[in-house]
Amino acid sequence: MSISTRGTGPCRLFLMLLVVLASLVLAPLTLAQEADPGREAAFAVPTVDADVWRQVKSGETGPNYRDSRYGSNYSLINASGETWRQIRNDWISPAGLIALGSMLAILVIFYLIVGRSDLDEERTGRKLLRWTALERAMHWTVATLFIVLALTGLNLLYGKFVFRHAFGDAFWSSMIALTKLVHNYVGPVFGILLLLMLAKWLTVNLPRKHDWQWFKQGGGMVGNKHPDAGFANGGEKAWYWILASVGLLVIVSGFVLDFPLFGQTRDNMQWANMFHAVTSLILMAVSLGHIYIGTIGTEGALEGMTSGYVDETWAKQHHNLWYEEVKDQVTSEEQLAASRSSGQGDEPAPRSG
Amino acid sequence: MATMKFMCDAERCIECNGCVTACKNANEVEWGIQRRRVVTLNDGEPSEVSISVACMHCDDAPCIAVCPTETLYQRDDGIVLHDKDLCIGCGYCLYACPFGAPQFPKQNAFGERGKMDKCTFCAGGPAETKEEEYQKYGANRIAEGKLPLCAEMCSTKALLAGDAQEVADIFRQRVVQRGHKDGGWSGNPRADADSLAYDATHQG
Repeated sequence: MSISTRGTGPCRLFLMLLVVLASLVLAPLTLAQEADPGREAAFAVPTVDADVWRQVKSGETGPNYRDSRYGSNYSLINASGETWRQIRNDWISPAGLIALGSMLAILVIFYLIVGRSDLDEERTGRKLLRWTALERAMHWTVATLFIVLALTGLNLLYGKFVFRHAFGDAFWSSMIALTKLVHNYVGPVFGILLLLMLAKWLTVNLPRKHDWQWFKQGGGMVGNKHPDAGFANGGEKAWYWILASVGLLVIVSGFVLDFPLFGQTRDNMQWANMFHAVTSLILMAVSLGHIYIGTIGTEGALEGMTSGYVDETWAKQHHNLWYEEVKDQVTSEEQLAASRSSGQGDEPAPRSG
Repeated sequence: MATMKFMCDAERCIECNGCVTACKNANEVEWGIQRRRVVTLNDGEPSEVSISVACMHCDDAPCIAVCPTETLYQRDDGIVLHDKDLCIGCGYCLYACPFGAPQFPKQNAFGERGKMDKCTFCAGGPAETKEEEYQKYGANRIAEGKLPLCAEMCSTKALLAGDAQEVADIFRQRVVQRGHKDGGWSGNPRADADSLAYDATHQG
């Protein structure tokens, strides 16, 4: 034991010296390394820095994002919510009131200055079938649903500024709950019926050359000139194509909003809501013009959609090209009364735009 | 009047989900609703960070602005509450909210969502009786002089709730001490990074 210790003595001493020397030489080096911020930064654990929080604020989340809420795929910050709120509340909402208000004002002023478009000649008493029973039923169903949807839609956008303060919480809570219920359930029915109606009236609303002349002469709304028009005149065709384009957007955006079952994101819903509000307000504004022209604005127009028949004079004045096609099919009021009492159905008259 | 706010110190959050559980327990919210959630960024990476999120009771709350029924309203102390009797479940508050706080029990055809639910800062909501209030909105701890249970139960005191000024003061003090060269967090490489949770004046 002692021999072996003695034998390794010099060796151990040497090793110990080496360790002491090494630590003396290396210690300052390692200390220097720890104090070097540049070197440390190179090995530092990357952290969530200001840039990451800026990214979060912009609404983005990386792939390694986890939300403790079951099934949630929400980004941490919904960055577009405030933008949507501003567009909806500060632009769409006032613009809708301006559009509807100015349309009403224009119609009132037009009625006061120009007045009703009367028939130029006496009624002949002979009638032409313009709208079949199916078409009338379709029109009035869609019209009724349109008005219901317009009123409930307006209530969803503007109602809170009026009815809660006027009638109190109890009334308002039932009213607005019913409003949303009706709007959401009537909407799809309206959408389907509008599409059927558009399909039914597509052929008569295809644009023709004389429609351009019709528009150039302002539809004959002012003055005594009556531009050429087929079964549907330029104005009716314009209303048709507004319904076929803007109306289609209303249906599609409404579908997105009404059936949140296809993984729509909050951004999708914001877009759908903006589209739905803008397009339906456009439809409402234009529909006021349609209602005006179809009722108090034109003598003899409304009876076409109520009874199905229009007077020969009216047809000649407003739809001369159609009149030329169907003038041999005129029926007298007596014949009409007879066929109605015998239960005969309406026979559609031939049409070409 | 105080202005009540939540604040989550992400440098302290250990994603234990204690706040989520405390909230569920205090308010007995219905199945499927989770008023508070914990979000983890860079999950599984060295830079992983977690933050507890619920309604942040915004000063200029977008949910209040877009609600078509005036279901949502703000108290004088800044707490945003909701009136379940007025809610029609249109979902607008959720589209507008920056934090995904409003939730609905259902998501069915014809926009049938049920009535919206969200964090009340443990301040209940409008109701005739205490029992009705608890059943509709959960606890009203504020009325009892207590703070929201999520923040009270937070094990690391990452989640703070209370008057905005006091919460800000606590956080400011933390930031200064975290950056201090004698502090417990000194030498932590995170302290040298560009992080607002550490006092910039002590860097370099």
